[in-house]
Amino acid sequence: MKQKVGLAVGILLILVWCLLPVVWIISLSFKSEESVTTGNPGFFPSEGTSAGWDNYKKVLTDDLYDYFPRAIINSIGISLIATLLSVIVATLAAYAIARLEFKGKKFVLSIALAIAMFPVVSLVGPLFDMWRTLGIYDTWIGLIIPYMSFTLPLAIWTLSAFFREIPWEMEQAAQVDGATSWQAFRRVIVPLAAPGVFTAAILTFFFAWNDFVFGISLTSTEAARPIPASLAFFVGSDPFNRPASLLAAAAVIATIPIIVIVLIFQRKIVAGLTSGAVKG
Amino acid sequence: MASIDMRNIVKQYGDGFPAVNDVSIDVKDGEFMILVGPSGCGKSTLLRMIVGLEDITSGDMMIGDRRVNDLAPRDRNLAMVFQNYALYPHLTVYENIAFPLRLAKVDNETVDKKVREASKTLELDEHLERKPGNLSGGQRQRVAMGRAIVRDADAFLFDEPLSNLDAKLRGQMRTEIARLQKRLGITTVYVTHDQTEAMTLGDRVAVLKRGVLQQLATPRELYEQPANLFVAGFIGSPPMNFLPATVEGTTVKLPFGSVEIPAEKAQKAAGKGLLIAGIRPEHFEDAAVMDSAKTAGHTFRTRVDVVEWLGNESYAYIPFEAPPEVQAQLTQLEKDLDGEAMRTQLVVSLDGASRVAEGDEAEIYVNSDHMHLFDPSTGENLTLDTSSAGKVPSGDAMAQADEVGQAQDEVSSSAQTEEA
Repeated sequence: MKQKVGLAVGILLILVWCLLPVVWIISLSFKSEESVTTGNPGFFPSEGTSAGWDNYKKVLTDDLYDYFPRAIINSIGISLIATLLSVIVATLAAYAIARLEFKGKKFVLSIALAIAMFPVVSLVGPLFDMWRTLGIYDTWIGLIIPYMSFTLPLAIWTLSAFFREIPWEMEQAAQVDGATSWQAFRRVIVPLAAPGVFTAAILTFFFAWNDFVFGISLTSTEAARPIPASLAFFVGSDPFNRPASLLAAAAVIATIPIIVIVLIFQRKIVAGLTSGAVKG
Repeated sequence: MASIDMRNIVKQYGDGFPAVNDVSIDVKDGEFMILVGPSGCGKSTLLRMIVGLEDITSGDMMIGDRRVNDLAPRDRNLAMVFQNYALYPHLTVYENIAFPLRLAKVDNETVDKKVREASKTLELDEHLERKPGNLSGGQRQRVAMGRAIVRDADAFLFDEPLSNLDAKLRGQMRTEIARLQKRLGITTVYVTHDQTEAMTLGDRVAVLKRGVLQQLATPRELYEQPANLFVAGFIGSPPMNFLPATVEGTTVKLPFGSVEIPAEKAQKAAGKGLLIAGIRPEHFEDAAVMDSAKTAGHTFRTRVDVVEWLGNESYAYIPFEAPPEVQAQLTQLEKDLDGEAMRTQLVVSLDGASRVAEGDEAEIYVNSDHMHLFDPSTGENLTLDTSSAGKVPSGDAMAQADEVGQAQDEVSSSAQTEEA
């Protein structure tokens, strides 16, 4: 009994800790701009200052913020493509690392890790120059490439751990059953590694979706600017006053795809984990 | 359907580890062949070479009249049941069984017909829609077999399929496999380390030690005419008793006393000095429950240490001292058989009616017709009747295995030092 109460209190504390900022952003997004600037510290907007859905409408449709809907499309497109490519490449690479004996295997793994440890900021300058020379500055591909290369190492490490867990016999059984190596990989190994694939996908998507440094440095127009960078360009009628409630509404919109994707992928991960062991 | 002919198969791993050495086994069409031996004898490696999961260093692997050395597993048309079943956990039982057919691009209707047929044979009908994770060990085993029988494979290969089951289920599945094989009449190679499975299932049994074939014969031939100490000790439970013995004329001197043996056997062993006599437990009897006319000249008196009464029979244990040269060979033999070197003792199987109790002095009868005499230095069976011993490889298989064993140990120990 005592334990249960303790557990409940603990869970409550952690929930408050994690969710309070989110809840506050949501509350903020429903307040009118005046309500924020005049000081209105309550959780619910005080009388007559509730904005309803106005902030959301404004962010999504007002001409003043016409770059924001475009940023949503950019973010979704860039993140999804980067995730997809990264997962495909990582799956193939991780499979090779887990299954094949080749020279320089350790070298590949440690280099991959070294890349992941490189601070993003130190690369932005050179990339800026390079991208401009190559003509991919301010394009989707210009962001997809750095996102991929920064998430690949982690994806490869996660996936190769998953592949190592899959018994060799699975693949051998498939080969004896008449599968080519590729068929064995696609029809047996990949489905079995699905939890790993989705874990890698989630991590990659998070990185791409949340990135700010690349997003703001490697873009100049709305052609490729993602949401986090786009939020930095929000200005209200008064240039010295950031439109806090509009920003809040935009932030909430930016959070929704992440939640949706996590929920979808999480189900896949759980389904993969419970699909059953091999041995009796 | 096809025969499998292994001709002088050798497997040497990249680090020089000699896993299989010049093994020749011919599996006839429709035959149930068992590969048996203690762990590390190369039996699984041999099986994996048949199916193509392991490269063949030298020798010819013939399936039917095709040389398959360089064919990929999928081109050999063999079905294999793995030790851990290797079911695909993301597929239902139905799809698991259908998997080989799906890969062969068989149309749905035929797939359905064949899967239902296989599931009926194996009584899996009510589990078809379940995932392997929700099945018991025995059910998984049957699914693995379903996947094998659903295609028209040339042969079945089993890699210790029963070792993950509990004792009772193992017995049931054993008969199930035997029945299935007889019904389908398909060539089968079955790997096991369990001599009971080997004896009960096999048409013929190949006994391997350290990658060297020791004897290839029917279970009965192996039991009655073991080619050497290793085969003698491996086949039979409780195992054959090994006693130090010297032959003088037609009399064999054992630690407990002397018994007469047939002249023909005595002749083969004459003048060899100290030998090892091998007598199976059931070739002893309590003289008190026998006709005294029969037992004359074949009995000795000794003190019984422990008696285990099982109802239909009882086992009596009689300790004895062995001279060092025999002792060394017996200790080595125990090690080769995955056992631990225990005190040297005689195990005799007595009739259930016997009243011999612990600590009693008893008169024990020996049926010396079935006695074998082994050379303690090479382990060779001197009294072997080669006409009814199946195929015994020429040369001294046991000594050869010891040599290979030494080479193996050297490779593994050098690998260990490298790691350290």
